[in-house]
Amino acid sequence: MNNFLLLPILIPFFFGMILLFGQKKLGYQRITTLLGLMISIICAFALMLNVNQNGPQIVTFGNWPVPFGITMVSDMVSALLVLTTLVLAFFIVWYGFGSIGKERERFFYYPGVMFIVTGVNGAFTTGDIFNLFVFFEVLLMASYLLIVLGGEKAQLRESIKYILINVISSALFVITVAYLYSVVGTLNMADISVKIAEINQPGIVTVIAVLFLMVFGMKAAIFPLYFWLPSAYAAPPIPVLALFGALLTKVGVYAIMRTYTLFFTHDLAYTHELLLILSILTIVAGSIGALAHFDVKQIIIYNIVIAVGVILFGVAQMNEAALEGAVFYLIHDMIIKAALFMLIGIIIYVTGTTNLRKMGGLMGNYPALGWFYLIAALGLAGVPPLSGFIGKLLIVQGGFQAGNVWTSIFILASSLVVLLSVIRIFIYAFWGEQGQLSSTMNKSTYNLLFFPTIGLVLVSILYGVGTEIIQPFMNEASKVLSDPSIYSDAVLKGGK
Amino acid sequence: MEIVMAFACGFLFMSAVYLILSKSLLRIIIGTGLLSHGAHLLILTMGGFGGSNPPVLADGVTEYVDPLPQALILTAIVISFGVTAFFLVLAYRAYQELKTDDMTQMKGSENHE
Repeated sequence: MNNFLLLPILIPFFFGMILLFGQKKLGYQRITTLLGLMISIICAFALMLNVNQNGPQIVTFGNWPVPFGITMVSDMVSALLVLTTLVLAFFIVWYGFGSIGKERERFFYYPGVMFIVTGVNGAFTTGDIFNLFVFFEVLLMASYLLIVLGGEKAQLRESIKYILINVISSALFVITVAYLYSVVGTLNMADISVKIAEINQPGIVTVIAVLFLMVFGMKAAIFPLYFWLPSAYAAPPIPVLALFGALLTKVGVYAIMRTYTLFFTHDLAYTHELLLILSILTIVAGSIGALAHFDVKQIIIYNIVIAVGVILFGVAQMNEAALEGAVFYLIHDMIIKAALFMLIGIIIYVTGTTNLRKMGGLMGNYPALGWFYLIAALGLAGVPPLSGFIGKLLIVQGGFQAGNVWTSIFILASSLVVLLSVIRIFIYAFWGEQGQLSSTMNKSTYNLLFFPTIGLVLVSILYGVGTEIIQPFMNEASKVLSDPSIYSDAVLKGGK
Repeated sequence: MEIVMAFACGFLFMSAVYLILSKSLLRIIIGTGLLSHGAHLLILTMGGFGGSNPPVLADGVTEYVDPLPQALILTAIVISFGVTAFFLVLAYRAYQELKTDDMTQMKGSENHE
């Protein structure tokens, strides 16, 4: 028994509850939020070291015997993702001090952030498929609050569509879990893995696999289910957009990764081939969107779609190199997307517009912003030694090993499109004639936005340069993913 | 019994899809309610029916009903209740702000190129 792994879920939840009181006291709200996240980060870091030393940590609620109670499992994949989530939430909350606006801060913005972190961490940690649904709902409820908070016309309009999409996908999730339950008769993820292996994945389980792909694909924004994402994500303010872009789609990606490596591993020719094709189409669709738009928000939002495709391409290969690359790239993408959203948030703040054509010449006044943007853009495209390189390298290496030569070359080529789409922002916004400048801009707010952004870009640089140090953790994570028996043995035999 | 339930679920899904595809916001919300009802009934069916057997395992009881689907349904009902309540409030607020409940008039954004 080890209750320690629950702390990164419980601490944000507890602080979220405290924050519901004293809603008008801004100083109290801000400091308590940062304090809560800081304590959670320390716990998550300790948890990661613990998992590295002692293998996956398991706790079953109420001390029930394992397949019956609700199990929480912290293996290397989930420990890494939980830590990343908390670090990102910390920087985004800090960034929010300058840009979210006092009105939103007074009306439960911080509890919303804390509850969304609770839900995301819970979804990463849970070892029970129905509990995964419950944590999805926790984070969705918090996201409904955050997307509509402020009540602007665009927000109201888009949040209706966002909620509708998610209600439908939740209903599908329940249906899929019901089908799975009727076939295998259990909800514990480790037990499901063993049971599906015993019955050797008959056709009905493959159908369930495709249903899961639809459910999680709707959240992860894979082709053709990404249609809701660009307009819904563009509505809320930048810190909320950064939180959504960095965390919410990645929960869907994680869920696909988990189910497709733990449950549905016996009919790779169908399920993983489908995943491969969809991931390639996702990249194509995202690339078209990223190149077509002149709105900086939309360009980065479509880059989320591209990255989802790249990660799922890694998952579809089902070998250790590609899975390690997928985990590397997943965490890289969470960090760099948050950083990019924060950077374009600053660009929007100083220019007062999201339209690229109206921007220009920022390099003269804001050289530091320009250089950090360039670093983040190169990191996103995967220029060595920045953070995107190693993940993509391993994914492509895994692709070659699995014999998917042309599609792997396509992944490499897509990096050029990514680079072009983000460098276009650099060229339009920082070079050329002086464009539009916002009249309401003041230096201290600019600094308040700029420092957390630098911090996050530095984290992403460290993630790239320090690959050597992180590699053992990633290797551990890919082992868990490529061999489902490690996970199921740890839960079924190790837990009490 | 399973056949009857299959028809009931199917009918609920059918009505839900019909309602969700309509223009009026209120009908869409009722549609989502029906959709989740259909899903809940489906869980119940998937757990298997045990006739008049009790949902407990005790000494001397050899035939019993799986109690888990009921726990799952309860959780799912509470969640869909909360979401529907939120959705209704949001729809009312959106109606006040946007002066319409017609989904066809809610697309795109005003500053779209």
